Amino acid sequence: MKLELRGITKRFGALTANDHIDLVVEPGEIHALLGENGAGKSTLMNVLYGLYQPDEGEILIDGQPMTFAGPGDAMAAGIGMVHQHFMLIPVFTVAENIELGHERTGGPLGLLGFLDRRRARREVRDISQRYGLDVPADALVQDLPVGVQQRVEILKALVRDAKVLILDEPTAVLTPQETDDLMEIMTSLKQSGTAIVFITHKLREVRAVADKITVIRRGKVVGTASPDSTPAELASLMVGRPVKLNIDKRPATPGDDVVEVDGVRILDEAGAVTVDGVSFSVRGGEIYALAGVQGNGQTELTEALVGLERADAGRIRIAGADVTRMSTDDILGLGVGYVPEDRMHDGLVSSFSVAENMVLDLYDQQPYSGRLNLDLGHIRRHAEQKVEEFDVRTSSIGHAASTLSGGNQQKVVLAREMSRPLKLLIVAQPTRGLDVGSMEFVHQRIVAERDNGAAVILISSELDEVLGLADRIGVMYRGKIIGEVAGGTDPALAEEIGMLMAGQTGETPTGATR
Amino acid sequence: MSTTETAPAPAPTPATPTKRRSSARDTALVTALSFLTALVISAILIAIADPQTRGSFKYFFHYPGDTFRFAWSAIWHTYQALFYGAIFNPHTAANGTMSGYLGPISETLTNATPLIAGGLAVGLAFRAGLFNIGGQGQIILGAIFAGFVGFHWHLPVVLHLIVAVVAGIVGGALWGGIAGFLKARTGAHEVITTIMLNYVALNLLGYLLSVKGFQAPPYGQAISNPVDHNATLPLLLGGSLRVHLGLLLSLAAAGFVWWLLTYSRLGFRLRAVGANPFAARTAGMHVENSYVVVMLLSGALCGLAGVSQVLGTNPQLTGDIDAGIGFDAITVALLGRANPVGTIFAGLLFGGLRAGAPLMQQYTPIELVQVIQSLIVLFIAAPAVIRAIFRLKTSGSSVGAELAKGWNG
Repeated sequence: MKLELRGITKRFGALTANDHIDLVVEPGEIHALLGENGAGKSTLMNVLYGLYQPDEGEILIDGQPMTFAGPGDAMAAGIGMVHQHFMLIPVFTVAENIELGHERTGGPLGLLGFLDRRRARREVRDISQRYGLDVPADALVQDLPVGVQQRVEILKALVRDAKVLILDEPTAVLTPQETDDLMEIMTSLKQSGTAIVFITHKLREVRAVADKITVIRRGKVVGTASPDSTPAELASLMVGRPVKLNIDKRPATPGDDVVEVDGVRILDEAGAVTVDGVSFSVRGGEIYALAGVQGNGQTELTEALVGLERADAGRIRIAGADVTRMSTDDILGLGVGYVPEDRMHDGLVSSFSVAENMVLDLYDQQPYSGRLNLDLGHIRRHAEQKVEEFDVRTSSIGHAASTLSGGNQQKVVLAREMSRPLKLLIVAQPTRGLDVGSMEFVHQRIVAERDNGAAVILISSELDEVLGLADRIGVMYRGKIIGEVAGGTDPALAEEIGMLMAGQTGETPTGATR
Repeated sequence: MSTTETAPAPAPTPATPTKRRSSARDTALVTALSFLTALVISAILIAIADPQTRGSFKYFFHYPGDTFRFAWSAIWHTYQALFYGAIFNPHTAANGTMSGYLGPISETLTNATPLIAGGLAVGLAFRAGLFNIGGQGQIILGAIFAGFVGFHWHLPVVLHLIVAVVAGIVGGALWGGIAGFLKARTGAHEVITTIMLNYVALNLLGYLLSVKGFQAPPYGQAISNPVDHNATLPLLLGGSLRVHLGLLLSLAAAGFVWWLLTYSRLGFRLRAVGANPFAARTAGMHVENSYVVVMLLSGALCGLAGVSQVLGTNPQLTGDIDAGIGFDAITVALLGRANPVGTIFAGLLFGGLRAGAPLMQQYTPIELVQVIQSLIVLFIAAPAVIRAIFRLKTSGSSVGAELAKGWNG
């Protein structure tokens, strides 16, 4: 099946999200759609999947023009989509999830409305075997690792006879190993004739797996590239200017211990151990990375550092003060900056203006307020200055934070946290969802803060980011730091950390496999 | 080099700086259209409720003119009565006295007084992310405190009034504060606790009205001793008009709430907690403490509504001292979009509807007056309906969407 998009245009008010986009996807081809956040990739795919109607242009399948009134039509035409956020019901089994939406009755009591579970299970087994997906049909989705859940999503599309599979940022949630597995699956699908549209902004993956690359910038196709282009070429095509991919930093000059974490244990509400006796220390002027796949206790540990979570055992000292039982307000007052991992949830009040968000944790201090009143003039001037300094793209500091793009929202949080002298900066997933251009900027600011003498704790599940920024790396797995290594950009180190992130501490000689 | 550069990227379109203002105008427009739509639909109901119109249905196909004439007459008289009762009545004005001219306006303002205070209370709590439906209980407690000080103590002029007003505000604040404290300490949902506290307050009042020293002699009726004249709120327009100083207190309260939300440190924190408690906590704000504070303030405003009732409109405690204000206040806050200025207008509108209701009853069942009120709110809570009827363009996620979704802290 050959899929063709011709002159697709989609406007939202004054904004043109897609501007006459042409795209041809041949059967058995992995076609990467590369672009920054907000470039219009997802809009285009939502048009293709029938979620949006294009204002202009047409969709052709094997030369026949099609109109998709909704995802149902798109599915019937052989288009399947795996969303970035999974559309699975956690308490259902894999087979049940796959049946969802086109449940069939059958068996001896089929006429009474009984579901044909046996057939569903068989289907899951058959298809997962054919493509090497390896999915347990009877397991509850909530018990499966993220990588397997994603395979369930893929399976869902395949069961419905998808000939073109759209994968929207599929690797954002995966470990390096799971990413490799996914790429293998993509290759095997391709060999069986399925076309794949692979949406991403990660250059390495594109180069590894894509047959064709189409780059989109600000709603337009700005070029096509072959997979043997260098990352720098792809990045500059994507951003529209030359981009430095490596992070410039001088060797660290560590000072005294700023953070001492000693045997910290944290329990969740249900009493399960999320952080299990973790100890580490970070010195001023160094970047310490807590690497690990999401959900291995990094979030809880970070929250304990800033008083949002209480340690059940152990002690935390920051800048000489015991903060184990201190309030968040007091901890921040010690000179701690905190960039939470989920900026929309914890970092910003999205209905507040940019100016208000810039003082969210400073509003009650001089000079932003007096005894009772806010000093709105000062708050405004502060915001204007920070918007300038951090290059936040907004037409007014009075606009709600929700109107900003992800990168600019992150800059607002960073600007706020860096607008006072810091002894410790904690940044969690600082570049999640950011494009290459913003990423570069955020990394520079983090390194600048380190060079000013602050201790920096970086929590990241991006291997490249950890390797590029960190002076020391602790890898967390199931609530423990299972290994601590010195930073660097050696590929062998990446291998080692990748293994540690997957929980493998086996003493394989590093570098031997490559 | 295997990449090819094609079209240069266009500059991004700047967002319009007038966005905020136009969204405020949009809100006002949708509110006005909701009101209009409610009046039109109510007109149909009034026509159907009119026995003469219904009677004419039988021979509609022989003589449809009757139906339209009767219907029009019922609708016209009902809305005219609303106007006469709430704004200006030419018949009473004909006798040339001030009360004749200003009577209806005075009634509207008198009815609006506690509604504004109560609406501010609900609106303020909402801005901090809490749904205070305990207005009834807080008003009753405010009225009990103010009324008790008013009739039991005997203090000099001015002082007595001040003490009684303060007592009422404190009473309401305490009752609201209980719900805030329970939420902060135990996480108990304020909707449940405030409803339960309404029952407690209602029955406490019922009990007190049967206790000697509280109940007025000769102890036959559930009514308290009358409040000392020293402790009553002075009338603003002379003896024959009921509008009293409570109106100015309510307006002052609106001014206070506006200052609190716009310029104060505390207001910033309350708004942040209301809009995103997680981000507020992460920024080091004390979320639980904010819940207590805002419920104290919200209760205090309800207390003020109780004060206007017991020291102004009806200077004697009765079992019905709340007069449904606690619940209408929710509607007023909704209509006023939890904004102090909007709440004043919404309070006046509902005050007018209450003032007009007695005269309207001559032409239509009293229930319909409440139906009109409910329809207005219904349309405001479902702005999409109004937009569809009048073919308005949506401007982002704005109006009433958050209100329609629910006020769940």
